[in-house]
Amino acid sequence: MAAGNEVTATYYIQHHLQNLTFGKHPENGWSLASTSSEAAEMGFWAIHLDTMGWSIAMGLVFVGLFRKAGKLATTGVPGRLQNGVEMVIEFIENLTRSAFHGKNPVIAPLALTLFIWILLMNSLKILPVDYFPELFSRLGVEYMKIVPTTDPNATLGMALGVFILIIYYSIKVKGAGGFAKELSLTPFNHWALIPFNLVLEIIGLLVKPLGLGLRLFGNMFAGEVIFILIALLPFWAIWVLDVPWAIFHILVVTLQAFIFTTLSIVYLSAAHEHH
Amino acid sequence: MNINMTLIGQTIAFAIFVWFSIKYVWPPISNALHERQRKIADGLDAASRATRDLERAQEQASETLRESKEQASQILEQAHKRSSQMIEEAREQARAEGERLVASARAEIGQEVNRAKDELRAQVSTLAVTGAERVLEASIDEKAHRKLLDKLAAEL
Repeated sequence: MAAGNEVTATYYIQHHLQNLTFGKHPENGWSLASTSSEAAEMGFWAIHLDTMGWSIAMGLVFVGLFRKAGKLATTGVPGRLQNGVEMVIEFIENLTRSAFHGKNPVIAPLALTLFIWILLMNSLKILPVDYFPELFSRLGVEYMKIVPTTDPNATLGMALGVFILIIYYSIKVKGAGGFAKELSLTPFNHWALIPFNLVLEIIGLLVKPLGLGLRLFGNMFAGEVIFILIALLPFWAIWVLDVPWAIFHILVVTLQAFIFTTLSIVYLSAAHEHH
Repeated sequence: MNINMTLIGQTIAFAIFVWFSIKYVWPPISNALHERQRKIADGLDAASRATRDLERAQEQASETLRESKEQASQILEQAHKRSSQMIEEAREQARAEGERLVASARAEIGQEVNRAKDELRAQVSTLAVTGAERVLEASIDEKAHRKLLDKLAAEL
């Protein structure tokens, strides 16, 4: 345990699940939240510095790595980095080709970004749960939750990005009227059932990003909680349980990144299709 | 776990990374990939074409070789034929020449013999007269006996 014997298990868990929050507190003004309740009191006008920092860092790792590979890209014999990157690119290209019907040069790079970025963010979870909180608390930073995808803000934020694209392409491809018609006249093509259709379709539409974000968040958060609970056990039991769970999580990390990417492509493909 | 501005921040970060990916990450790698694919396909194509060409060249070479062999044997045969013909002609000529030579020699011999006979005949008559003159010692009327003697000489 990080903070000594007097802290309880409940406090330990709560501490590890609290983001580093900077926001407008009703009493303290713009400040870092020093407790969970203070963070909660800040309401919407607050930002999780750790989530943003780590996710942007991972994004920069992705962009840097792939940009470097792109700059070095030759049509001759590829190097080791280029080989790896090209493998990923081909994988995404095949995925896009099989799931996305139609032509849109945005979809494949979008899928690449989603897949690698989420994969990198999820992979932070393999790092031991105590290392970074301990390190940052020594540096005077109270909270540090390093896996951005265990923060619903991050996952729903990406899902919101996908949702905006779904709406954009629906309107662009079908026109505003076509999109409205699709919302109001499916699945029952009768004027009397328009309100019913509307409710059904709008719920269906909203469930897409919500499901995307919450699925990723749920899986990552649950895994994180289990890691924290394992960390509370006596030290001889920690590695016995930690190692299998971490190995299992290599699968979950990849799978969840893949699912998020594939579903985004499928949703965008549906947005391009006329019904 | 509160929903707050992080959500918006994450969406903005997402948009920026996707934009960067579309603009700077995807095109060079994808282009290189497809360019290489095209190159490899071209290379394989060229290789198969070269193999085909080689096969055709080998075929042509063996064809040429066969033709030239045939020609050579034809030429050889012709030469043989020609040489035997020439030998035959030469033999024929030699035979004819020999025959001609023999014939002319024979004719010459015949002439020579006749001439000798004539000479002999002329001398015999003179000899006979001289002999008779000596034998008789008498003057014989040469004119009266001349005819007789000539007759004798002709009988020789």
